[in-house]
Amino acid sequence: MEPLIRIRNLSKRFGQGCSRCRDATGQEQDTNLCPHCGSVMACNDVSFDLFRNEALGVVGESGSGKSTLVRLLHFEWEASEGAVEMHRSAGLENLPEIFATGSDYSFNLLGLSHFQKRQLRNALMGIVYQNPHLGLRMQISSGGNIAERLLGAGWRHIGKMRRRSAELLERTEIPVERMDEPPCNFSGGMQQRVQIAKALSNNPLILFLDEVTTGLDLSVQARVLDLIRNLRSEFNLSMLVVSHDLGVINLLCQRTMVMKSGHVVESGLTDQILQDPQHRYTQLLVASQL
Amino acid sequence: MITVDKLSKTFTLHILNEKRIAACSDISFSVPPGGFLGLSGPSGAGKSTVLKCLYRTYLSTSGAIHYNSAAYGRVDLATLPDRAVIDIRDREMGYVSQFLKVIPRVSALDVIMEPILARNGVSRDAARERAIGLLERLRIPSHLFDAYPATFSGGEQQRINIARAVGWKPRLLLLDEPTASLDRDSVGVVLEILKELREEGTTMIGIFHDTALLASVTDSVYHVC
Repeated sequence: MEPLIRIRNLSKRFGQGCSRCRDATGQEQDTNLCPHCGSVMACNDVSFDLFRNEALGVVGESGSGKSTLVRLLHFEWEASEGAVEMHRSAGLENLPEIFATGSDYSFNLLGLSHFQKRQLRNALMGIVYQNPHLGLRMQISSGGNIAERLLGAGWRHIGKMRRRSAELLERTEIPVERMDEPPCNFSGGMQQRVQIAKALSNNPLILFLDEVTTGLDLSVQARVLDLIRNLRSEFNLSMLVVSHDLGVINLLCQRTMVMKSGHVVESGLTDQILQDPQHRYTQLLVASQL
Repeated sequence: MITVDKLSKTFTLHILNEKRIAACSDISFSVPPGGFLGLSGPSGAGKSTVLKCLYRTYLSTSGAIHYNSAAYGRVDLATLPDRAVIDIRDREMGYVSQFLKVIPRVSALDVIMEPILARNGVSRDAARERAIGLLERLRIPSHLFDAYPATFSGGEQQRINIARAVGWKPRLLLLDEPTASLDRDSVGVVLEILKELREEGTTMIGIFHDTALLASVTDSVYHVC
């Protein structure tokens, strides 16, 4: 069983950087701020594999680098260092040039042009942000939001796009008769479900979920989580689930990574992370649970 | 089928001034294919810890857990990569915990059908039939089939727990006091189901509080102290 995507030594530095950044930040120093040059190592030497059909959790406190990691993998931010390689089975027929002959994995995707990255993102990835304002245009109809994404993925037929939008909104429990309303008319939970519908519209292989239930009230949170759980098995998605809520991670993910000060300090089976945490910070996190 | 060699587990609590707690030490036993090993010993001796190390909910501190996997051949469950452990759990290894930990907002019937559907490759109808059969045998009233187990009584929850673990017929089954909160009649039914599962070839390791019960269902006993 080979990983769908391999991430190696991924780092993101904000600031000019100096030769001592890497060693002066991290878990032992308990900071991601380099005292010598003032740079922030938001993500530092992160390596992991994501497999098909798996939900991998990322937990950690605010500022630990979770969301940075997602933005790097979603090609929103440029990584300072590292490699991301995709398995050939991802089915990138329209991007044959990213694979070397004879290799099962692509070249480092971080080295692709902006255009290629956008193509790859449209073909393979979906993302749901904590803040629906980041993922949706609030003044444009919900159906239009989804159609925009379908256009990016190469769809051209208006009627088909409309049907696909209706189908996805129905799947995410948004009344279809409201598909022409803009998301700003909707409640927070509904906006989140429109975001999920939009993220799924291009049939992605990989779905990034960045604190998707944070800030929703409990019953709405439960519905969104149930929806995600059902969609995962239905669409055979690989998901990277970022959350500071251990309950969410426990419900959705089989494997979990714990981040602190830009580093992955521990990773393992989710039940092992919760019941037998090894790292000091994870022990503190688990003990702090309500 | 499974051979445990000098297994030890010590917890190091960093947030309590590096306090160390030895949960079990120097555990060694072997279970042949189709065998049923009972673990005995006083409360706190580390019986559950041993099972959790086998299931990898706990990381072993030292020692080895050699398991003959159908998919992977001979592996050491103490050090096998996470992804392979998940795969073995999905295909071969079941675990009945002391308390039910189910997914919220999933009906009793779905809780039991889910692993059957995911792991046995049978039709929805066949999975449903098997799940209903188990629920009926375990005397769960039929009006509870579509209710959420979180609202059930302790004994009912435990029977759901057992049904979920045995429904998909795992190759290796770990049982942590599966009968602790059950009345005598239910215990009888559970033992019957376990016996049938063994006849189909499932290897088992179990903890039973009741020593008479332990002796009657298992074919060897390892004393943890």
